[in-house]
Amino acid sequence: MFHKYRRGIEMRVAIIQFPGSNCDFDTLYVLNNVMKVKADLVWHKKDDLSDYDAVILPGGFSYGDRLRAGIIAAYSPVMKEVRMMAKDGRPILGICNGFQILVEAGLLPGALLRNSSLKFVCKWVNLSVVSNKAIFTRRLEKGHLLRMPIAHNEGRYFIEEDDLKELYKRNQIILKYVDESGKPNESSNPNGSIDGIAGICNDEGNVFGLMPHPERASEELLSPFNTNDGRIIFSSMIEYLKER
Amino acid sequence: MNSLVALNFISVELTEDEIKEAKRMLGREPNHLELAMIDAEWSEHCSYKSSKSILKQLPTKGPRVIIGPGYDAGVVDVGNGYVVTLHIESHNHPSAIDPYGGAATGIGGVIRDILCMGTRPIALLDSLRFGNIEKSAHSRWLLKHVVRGISDYGNCVGVPTVAGEVEFDDCFERNCLVDVICLGLGKMNDLVLAEAKHPGDAVILVGGSTGRDGIHGVTFASRVLTEKSDEERSAVQIPDPFMKKLIIEATLEAVGTGHVRGLKDLGGGGLTCALSEMADKGGCGIDLELSKVHLREEDLSPIEIMISESQERMVFIVEQGYEKEVCKILDKYELPYSVIGRVTESGRLIVKLNGLELANLPAKMVANAPIIYRKAVEPDYIKNLKFVEKPELPSNLSSVLLKMLSCPSIASKSWVYEQYDYEVGIRTVIKPGQGDASVLRLPNGTFLAIKVDGNSKHCYIDPYNGAIGCLSEVCRNLVSVGAAPLAFVDHLQFGDPGNPEVFWTFSESVRGLADYAKAIGLPCIGGKVSFYNEDKMRNMAIKPSPVIAAIGRIEKQEWITTMNFKHDGDFIVILGETKSEMGGSEYYEYIHGLVGGMVPRVDFVKEKATMNAVINAIRKGLVKAVHDVSKGGIAVALAEMCISGNIGAFIDCLNIPADHNISRIDEILFSETHSRFIIETDGENMNEFLGITKKAGIKCNIIGRVGGEALNFYKNKEELISIPLSDLKDSWLNSIPKCMGEI
Repeated sequence: MFHKYRRGIEMRVAIIQFPGSNCDFDTLYVLNNVMKVKADLVWHKKDDLSDYDAVILPGGFSYGDRLRAGIIAAYSPVMKEVRMMAKDGRPILGICNGFQILVEAGLLPGALLRNSSLKFVCKWVNLSVVSNKAIFTRRLEKGHLLRMPIAHNEGRYFIEEDDLKELYKRNQIILKYVDESGKPNESSNPNGSIDGIAGICNDEGNVFGLMPHPERASEELLSPFNTNDGRIIFSSMIEYLKER
Repeated sequence: MNSLVALNFISVELTEDEIKEAKRMLGREPNHLELAMIDAEWSEHCSYKSSKSILKQLPTKGPRVIIGPGYDAGVVDVGNGYVVTLHIESHNHPSAIDPYGGAATGIGGVIRDILCMGTRPIALLDSLRFGNIEKSAHSRWLLKHVVRGISDYGNCVGVPTVAGEVEFDDCFERNCLVDVICLGLGKMNDLVLAEAKHPGDAVILVGGSTGRDGIHGVTFASRVLTEKSDEERSAVQIPDPFMKKLIIEATLEAVGTGHVRGLKDLGGGGLTCALSEMADKGGCGIDLELSKVHLREEDLSPIEIMISESQERMVFIVEQGYEKEVCKILDKYELPYSVIGRVTESGRLIVKLNGLELANLPAKMVANAPIIYRKAVEPDYIKNLKFVEKPELPSNLSSVLLKMLSCPSIASKSWVYEQYDYEVGIRTVIKPGQGDASVLRLPNGTFLAIKVDGNSKHCYIDPYNGAIGCLSEVCRNLVSVGAAPLAFVDHLQFGDPGNPEVFWTFSESVRGLADYAKAIGLPCIGGKVSFYNEDKMRNMAIKPSPVIAAIGRIEKQEWITTMNFKHDGDFIVILGETKSEMGGSEYYEYIHGLVGGMVPRVDFVKEKATMNAVINAIRKGLVKAVHDVSKGGIAVALAEMCISGNIGAFIDCLNIPADHNISRIDEILFSETHSRFIIETDGENMNEFLGITKKAGIKCNIIGRVGGEALNFYKNKEELISIPLSDLKDSWLNSIPKCMGEI
C-alpha cells in the first residue's frame, strides 16, 4: 500500500497513544496550541492512518516499560501502519519512549540501555546538531546548540562499532549531548550514551528518534533559559509537509 | 451464618471497651467477619479516633474553599470554573521495612485520593525524613530506595514530582517518614464526591485484583515498629504504576460521561472502609456480593476480601441504567472490573457470599468509631531543653559556613529531584531548585505555587512554636515566588498517642497550627494523622513532625519570582529582625551538637505585614530575586542565592537589623528567626521598595551588593567570611552525592 500525500487538505499529525504513554497530551497541546497544526490522539489499536501526514510516538512508559522499554508497544496493531508510512517516506518522530519504540520496532538502529548512573535522570541539557539529514533538523546548521530537558531511565544509546561508523558515514547521527560551549565531554553526557548520542535518524532521514523532549521546550515560559528550541523540530516537519 | 467466617479467624486490635461498644451499638455479638470489618475501620489510621477532638480547632473555611477536611481531598476554587484539589498522605511504616514498595504505594494512594474527586492529578511533592546518612548505612539504604520508589512510580504514572523537602535526624533512623502530597486539577462541574446516595446505583470495583497483599495494613500502621516488623512485609502492598495510569485515564473518561455519581479509592481498610464511608456519607446502604469480586488467588476468605489493601483499585458508584456506557470505557483500557453490588435504602452494609448473608452492619456505625479522649502531659524533657549553655564562638566562620552548606538537611537536594520527572504535563514553570516553591501554570491563565515544609528539630524542643514555624515557613516560601497563600493541608506525625507525653506534643502542635492559621486567615482543607511512629528496638519515638503543604495563587506571569541573584551591582536588602533564637537550629545541632534553647517564635502581626509587603513589592515589579530565611539562617540563604545566580555578594553584617539582645556574630549569621526575607533590587526601585516596608512598619535594611566571584561578609572593615563561589558550590551541591558514595 502506498500512502498518497493528501494534497489540498490541511495537514494532520497523528500522536499515537499506547497504554502508559504520558506525554501524549503535552505533544498534542504543543502541536495544536503552539505550532497551530491539526493533530489527533490516535489509540494504538487503530490500524488505518491514511488520514494523517505524519506520526509522532510520544514519551511515557508504554506498557509500564515491562519486559523492556518500548518492546511491547513495538508490536501494537498501529505499528504496522507506522512501518508502512515510514517506508513511504512520511515523517515519523519518536520522542523518549517513542524513540525506544522505534528502536525496538527496528525502524532505527541500535539500542537504548539503562543509564550508566543506574538512575532516572531529569534535567535540562545542551544538544549540538551533528547532521541536518533528518526532516526534523533540515533547517538547522551543523553545530547549532539546542536546549531541551531529558527525563529517562533507559536513554543510553548503544550500537556496535561497525554500525556506529556506518551511522557517521551516512550522517544519521543528528544530536549529541554537549556542554554550554558546544563541546562534548564526560560531564555533559547525562546517561553514558556512546559518543554522547542523543538522537538519530534512518538513512532516508524521515524517521527520527531522540531522548530529549522538544514538546517540553517549545514555550519560553517553561524554559529556565527563556528559550523555545523544541519548536524547530516540529516546525521543520511542518515546513517539509507544506512543501509536498 | 458464622460457620464460614469462623474458619478464617483473624486477630483484631480492638480494645475490650471498643468491642463492648460495638456490641452495644449492634445489639448483639458481632461475628468474626463483622469484627474484622469494625477492627479495620475503627483503627486509628482510618477513624482518627484519638485526634478528631483536637483537630476541631483548625479553621477550615475560606472564600475560595469549596470542600474542606472530611473528604479524600480538599477543593479550592482557582477561578473561571476551575478547581484544584490537594491531599497529603504518608507511608511511614511500609517504607521503613520495604522502602521501595512502601514509598511507591504511598504515591499510588495519594494519587487515588485526588482522582476520586474527579480531578486529574497534576503534581506530586514529597517530604522525607531519614536518620543520619553521613553515618548510617541503613539510612542511606532507606533514602536510596524511597527515592527510587517515588521515582519509578511517579515517573511511570505521568504525574510530575515538582517539589519537596528532606530532613535528616537520628530519631528517624528506623522509622523514616515518607509524606507525599498530590495536587489535582479539574472543572468545578466535574467534581465527584465519595458518596453513595442514590439507591439502585451500581457499585463497580475497578482495577487490580484483590489479593493478600496489604492485609491488616491499617492495623500495622496503628502500631509501633518492633524487631518483628520486618516479618510483616506482607502488610506492604505491591505497586503497579502502569495499572494506575490506566485507572487515571479510564476514571477521568468515565467521569466525563456524567454518570459516575460516586468515587472512592481503596486504601487503608480496603473494601470495608470505602463502602462503609460512602454509604454513611450518602445516607444509604450497600448490598455487596463477594463472589463477584475479581480475585488474585481463589482461596481468599471473606475477611481477607473485605480488608485486603491490594493496590490500584477504585470503587465507582454508577447511575442505574448507565453501567454499560461506563464499562465500555473500562474495556477500552482493558481494565479488570466487576459489578459487586448495589446502593440500597437500608443504611446497612450487607456482605453476601453466593447470596448467603455473612455480615450486616449499620454503615454509620462502621464509619464512625467511638472517639477516644487521650490524656496529655507536658514531657519533662521539654523543660530541660529550654536553656542550654551557649557554645564557644568558632574562630573560622568561613569553614563553619562551608560545613553548614554541606549539612545534608541544608545541602542541595538535586540528587533527589533529578530522579523525578518534574516536567511531564508541561505545567512546571518554576522547577525544583529555581525558587522557594514550585509554580505551575493553570489553564485559566493564572499560576499556582506549591510547597511542603516541616522542621522536626524545632518541634521537638517546642511543639507549639515549632508547628507554627512550619506553617510560617511554607507561607514564606509561597510568598517568595510571588504567590498569595490560599490554603494548606497538614500531616501530623507522632509516636504512640497512648503515651500522654506524646499526646501533649500532638495537641500543642495542632494548637500552634490553629493559632497561626486563624491569625493569618489561612484555611486548612485536609490532612492526615499518623501515630505510632516509634521503634521498639531503640525504644524511641520520632520527634514530633507536623508537615505542612500549602498552595498559593499568582494571577500574573510577571509576578513569578525566583531566588537567584541576577545582576552585578544590585542591592541586597533584608526584611525582618534577626533574634537570638538558636534552639533547634542547624548551627547548634550540626556544628555544635547542641540540642535545646529557645526556638524561633512568630509574631503574627509582623508576619502578616512582612508577607504583604513582599507580595506588594513583587506585584509592583520592584524586586528581582526573593528568598526566605529559614534553615541555616541568613548566611546559608545568601549562599544559596549566590550559588543559583552564579555570582558573588558583599555583605556588611553591621547593617543586618537585629534584636537588642543579640550580640554574637554567629547568631546573626545562623539564627533561624522567622518572618525574614532577602531581596535583590536595583537603584531605580530601591526607594519605592523601602517606602513599602516603612509604611508596613517592618525593620528593613540594605545589607550589601551583588557582585564578584565570592561571598564576603564584613563587620566594619574586618573580613569575617570570604568563600569563592566554586567552594560554595562544591559544599552545597556535592554533599549528598558524596554521602551516597557516588563522588
